[in-house]
Amino acid sequence: MYESTVLSTTKGAAGVFTEGLGKRFDDLWALRDLDLEVPAGSVLGLLGHNGAGKTTAIRILTTLARPTEGSASVAGFDVVDEPGEVRARLGLAGQEATVDGLLSARANLVMIGQLYHLPKSEARRRADELLERLALADVADKLVRHFSGGMRRRLDLAASLVAQPPVLFLDEPTTGLDPQSRNDMWELLRELVGGGATLVLTTQYLEEADRLADDIVVLDRGRVAATGSPAELKARVGGERLELSVGSPDQAAAAVQALEAFADGPSDADELLVTIPVRPGTRLMEVARALDGAEVDVTDVHRREATLDDVFLTLTGADAPLRKAA
Amino acid sequence: MRTYASDSLVFARRNLAHIRQIPEKLIDVTVQPLMFVLLFAFVFGGVIAVPGGDYKEYLMGGILVQSIAFGIMGPATSIVTDLTEGIVDRFRSLPASRSAYLGGHMIAELAAMTLAITVMTVSGLIIGWHIDTGVLSALGGFGLLLLFAFSMLWVGTLLGVVARSTDSAMGTLFLIVFPATFLSNAFVPADGLPDGLRTVAEWNPVSIMVAAVRTAFGNPTALPADASWPLVHPVPCALIGCALILALAVPATVWRFNVRTTD
Repeated sequence: MYESTVLSTTKGAAGVFTEGLGKRFDDLWALRDLDLEVPAGSVLGLLGHNGAGKTTAIRILTTLARPTEGSASVAGFDVVDEPGEVRARLGLAGQEATVDGLLSARANLVMIGQLYHLPKSEARRRADELLERLALADVADKLVRHFSGGMRRRLDLAASLVAQPPVLFLDEPTTGLDPQSRNDMWELLRELVGGGATLVLTTQYLEEADRLADDIVVLDRGRVAATGSPAELKARVGGERLELSVGSPDQAAAAVQALEAFADGPSDADELLVTIPVRPGTRLMEVARALDGAEVDVTDVHRREATLDDVFLTLTGADAPLRKAA
Repeated sequence: MRTYASDSLVFARRNLAHIRQIPEKLIDVTVQPLMFVLLFAFVFGGVIAVPGGDYKEYLMGGILVQSIAFGIMGPATSIVTDLTEGIVDRFRSLPASRSAYLGGHMIAELAAMTLAITVMTVSGLIIGWHIDTGVLSALGGFGLLLLFAFSMLWVGTLLGVVARSTDSAMGTLFLIVFPATFLSNAFVPADGLPDGLRTVAEWNPVSIMVAAVRTAFGNPTALPADASWPLVHPVPCALIGCALILALAVPATVWRFNVRTTD
C-alpha cells in the first residue's frame, strides 16, 4: 500500500467531485453553485480573497461542515453519507497549522498516525521518515509551541501525509510565511505533485496557483468567478505587470501612450501609480528607453507577477471583487 | 467499540503529556490539595470545635469533596483551549471515533483526580485522620469520591464545550464552585450559620456529598437533630444526585460538542 518515497500519497481511482455545492450561514451564502472536477492525480487551485468561500469548500470536503445544498464526493465516497470512509482517505493541512503546541513534533505525528489507526510501530516509522524529509529531524523532540511559522506549516503538512491518503487538502499552506519559507514549501509541494498526489489547494496568490495547479477555480464571495488552466487564465489576465510611479497625474496618460507597444491589455492608472500588463519577455531597458524618448516624468519602474487583484481587475473590470464575474 | 477505546487512550496520552508540559496542572492536583489539608487542619483546626469528634476527622470529607469540585476547572479549560485553537478540527477530519476525544479527556482527568484523592488521603492519614469503618465501607467511600469526580468532570466538560473562551469558562466556574463549596458543611457545621444561609447549606448538594463521604468513612457528621432530610440520608441522596448529573451532562456534552464542531 505504501510508496517508497516519503512525500507521496496513495494512488486512487477517484478524485474530488462536487455538484451545485452550497453552504449558507444564516442568510449569507458562503458558497454557492460550486462544481468541481478534480481527477485523481491532478491539482486544483482554489483562488480567492479572504471570505471568498475557499475554507468553507475545504471544510465541506473534509466533512467538517455539512453542505446546505448540492453534493460532493472525495476518493469515491459521498462526504455526507459516508464521512467515515472519506476521513480515512483524506489528509488535511488547515489554515491555522493545527498541530498540538504542547507535544513534540514527533509525538504529534505519532498521535495522528495512531488516530488513522496505523499500528504504533508503523506510525513511529512514518513520523521519523517525514520529520527527516521535511527538515524537522533536528527539532523532532522539541515542543511545537517553540516552532517558527514555517516549521509549524511543515509539520502540519507532515501530519496530513502521515497515512499517505489518496486525497490531500491544503488550506492556504503558505499564507503568513516569509519568502524563504514559502519557497521551501513550494518545493515540497511540487515534489508531492510530481509524485501524482490528488490535491486541492487554496491560496490568495495567483503565482502559487500558477506554479502548482493543473486547474484553477477563482472564487469571489462564494461563487465561481472564473475557471481554467493557469495558461488559460494567464492568457486572459496576462502574466506580468509593469508598475510605474509618475511625477504628476497628467504624466500617467503619457506613460501609457509611450508604452503602448509593450502593453498586453488595458492599463490602470491610480493617481501617481500606473499598472500596465506587459507581454512576456518585455525588457526593462527597452521600457526605460521608450519612456525616456517620450520624455515622461517617471520616478520608478518595476516589473511584477500578476496578482489575484489583477485577475479580478481584468476579469471583472473593477478594483473590488464583484459578486458576478464576466 | 475497540477503536473507540484505543482512540480514547491515544487522546488520553496526549492530555497526560500536556500535564508534563504544564506543571501547574500537576500542582493543582498535588500541592494544592496538600496545602488545603494542612491549612485547614492547622489554621482553623484549633478554633473550630466540632460536636462529636476531632476537627481533622470532620475536615477530611469536606476537603476531599471541595477539591474534587474544583476539578471541574481541568477539563473545562483544556477543552475550551483545544476548541478555540482549532486542533479539534484536525482530530475531526481523522478517521478516529469523534467522541473518543471527549473520552480521552475523561480518562486523563480521572487519572489526575485519582492522584489528588491519593495525595489528600495520605496527607490526611499522616496528620491524624482516621477511617473508622470497615474495609467495604471505606472502599465505598472512595468509590463515592470517584463517582463524584466523574460527575464533576462531565460538568466541566460540558462547560468546556459551551464556553466561548478560557477566561469566560474560569470566571463562570469560580462564580459557581466557590460559593457552592463554601456555603456548605464542608469546613464548618451548617447549624452554626445564620438561618437563611443554614437552609442553603443544608440543601446544598455539596453538603450532601460531604455528609455521604463522612458517613462512609465513619467520621463525625456533626448534624443537628433537625437537619434536612437529605443530610440525614446522605448516601442514597448523593448516589441519586450523581446519577442525575451524569444523565443530564453526558448527553448534553456530546450533543453540544457535535453541534459546535460541525458547521
